[in-house]
Amino acid sequence: MKTVFEYTKNMEEVSTSYCPGCTHGIAHRLIMEVLEEKDITDKTVGIAPVGCSIAAPRFMKIDMIESFHGRAPAVASGMRRVLPDKYIFTYQGDGDLTSIGGNEILHAAERGEKFSTFFINNAIYGMTGGQMAPTTLIGQKATTAPRGRYVEKHGMPLRMCEIISQCQCAVYVERVALDTPVHVRQAKKAIRRAFDVQEKRLGFSFVELLSTCPSNWGLPPVKAVEWLADNMIPYYPLKQFACPEEVK
Amino acid sequence: MSEKILMKGNEAFCEAAIRGGVRFYFGYPITPQSEIPEYMAAHLDDEGGCFVQAESELGAVNMGLGAAASGGNVMLSSSSPGIALMQEGFAGLCVCHLPALVVSVARGGPGIGDIRPSQADYRQATRGGGNGDYHLITFIPTTVQEAVDLIYEGVTLADEYRNPVCILVDAMMGQMMEPIILPAYKKTFMTDAEIRSHKPWALTGQGKRAEKNRIHAMPWSPEELMATNLEQKAYYDKAEKELVRYEATGLDDAEVVFVAYGTPARITGEAMDMLEEEGIRTGMIRPISAWPYPYEAFEKIGGKTKVVITVELSFGQMMEDVKLGVRGRLPVSLICRTGGVLFTSEEIVSETKEILKGVTE
Amino acid sequence: MAKGILKFNIDKCKGCGLCIHYCPQKILGIDVELVNALGYHPVGLLKPDECVACATCAIMCPDGVINVYSEE
Repeated sequence: MKTVFEYTKNMEEVSTSYCPGCTHGIAHRLIMEVLEEKDITDKTVGIAPVGCSIAAPRFMKIDMIESFHGRAPAVASGMRRVLPDKYIFTYQGDGDLTSIGGNEILHAAERGEKFSTFFINNAIYGMTGGQMAPTTLIGQKATTAPRGRYVEKHGMPLRMCEIISQCQCAVYVERVALDTPVHVRQAKKAIRRAFDVQEKRLGFSFVELLSTCPSNWGLPPVKAVEWLADNMIPYYPLKQFACPEEVK
Repeated sequence: MSEKILMKGNEAFCEAAIRGGVRFYFGYPITPQSEIPEYMAAHLDDEGGCFVQAESELGAVNMGLGAAASGGNVMLSSSSPGIALMQEGFAGLCVCHLPALVVSVARGGPGIGDIRPSQADYRQATRGGGNGDYHLITFIPTTVQEAVDLIYEGVTLADEYRNPVCILVDAMMGQMMEPIILPAYKKTFMTDAEIRSHKPWALTGQGKRAEKNRIHAMPWSPEELMATNLEQKAYYDKAEKELVRYEATGLDDAEVVFVAYGTPARITGEAMDMLEEEGIRTGMIRPISAWPYPYEAFEKIGGKTKVVITVELSFGQMMEDVKLGVRGRLPVSLICRTGGVLFTSEEIVSETKEILKGVTE
Repeated sequence: MAKGILKFNIDKCKGCGLCIHYCPQKILGIDVELVNALGYHPVGLLKPDECVACATCAIMCPDGVINVYSEE
């Protein structure tokens, strides 16, 4: 009997606390698979955000710390000074990264910090129950935009890859999605490229993963992945914004 | 080998920290302590360390948290409104049981305030603006030399107590130049092997450890949070026994006992000489630790004292602790200025005489 | 084509249905007869003989429920 797929040993045995169909489970697994395949698990430290994935240290089998809301890139920057030879990543949601943490991520990119950020963009605040995020789409309803987001009151949603890729030291910037098997395979390649960028000390690597939040979108998981494809991808195009030759 | 050298306070603080073992500094410019990031930018890399100018004080304190979590010896510094921004980070360092050396150079406030000396961050340091049950172990030196000695020791105390140690000075002490003796360099622990051996809890990548390390910035249940708080409380209980420091002079037969620290303590010293010449016996309690506070010093006040006068550059933030120490046995009064304004020794003398008159009538 | 063999960690399934939706062979379904340890109706394999070991189900599963093997 040949093994085609076995769940990575880098995830703990316990069930995750995430909702049914939440793509955090896929994103966590992809990162842990890449660490296992590159054989760098025991050289990696992760930083979880405030958000649903503050739970990540319970599920990922690596040294981890939870950071204050938005501050993960600063924590990673400090950590990088003490651990010049290890792999460091931040794993952040859209409220954490684009709202309260906007300054920290911008300057990590500006400084070309040699860690990777995995940005889980599901266009809503998950943990706190469905408030509007800077990435919430026009017309999308949220508990703090009960009539839907509209430009005059709320402005336009932030496209972080486009912003981060303006920083010249953000050498690898790519947007992927977790809605279909093809996209999930592409997402894993992007995550691997991010760790390759770290390995070669080329600069800051940033991967935005369009994700679902079935609970706060009010959709069953299968409808949620369809909503992502129909609504998020047109506004947040899947694209490689920057990529060094060495990791292409 | 020790050397005597004329140094500006802010720069001396850096040198003391480096010799005490600090190799990672994260900061942001703010008057009156911008010389601290500047000195660290010029010198820390040469000492085998790293300096980063962060995007803000929010960034700086969180960089410090990350570096401390990975086993680094970290220094942070700022002034009043910048320290206000760092409050969440200080609470985070405490709940994570992480060491750090914090230098707080207080200026006039509240808010953006003024850039001149103040002691109106005493409550900020000792009672905290972060959330939850935590303390910054806080020292309040009066001379640049005393600050140097406390910073040097503070780096090791932070490691020992797994907690931030704060050295709170006023703007004048940061800016003034005094002759000081610098201490000898302490050993540092920088390599992967040294960190794993010296700080086995640090996040360094699991390596050959049997288990992953996790630093519980957010414990998973109320019971877990209480347990982690109790762990830290054990260190605080130890600090209350072992880190109380103060200087007391002339308490046996003083009519007036002054309580002061920092620049006001020096001005009050001059005022005490002037009062003695007029036949008014004076004494002083000069706290050196603010948390834990030297309440025990007030038990030594003799039977001749009529009043305890706190002399502060705030509306009596330390007076709250003085009243706790005095336990209602004597009247407690305040001589103060705020907003960056200073008093002269003559003003302290005349205000003391007014207070004495009020107390004896 | 090699025959696929699926092993399920049923007590981790949350019944989200992503594996069912994406299975190209349409051989998975919700087992409404069963309630697992988490309290969900988990996935069930309806037609084992038609599994081609593409592992799409495992790739889309957020919860590590499915391991995929094939006959040599």
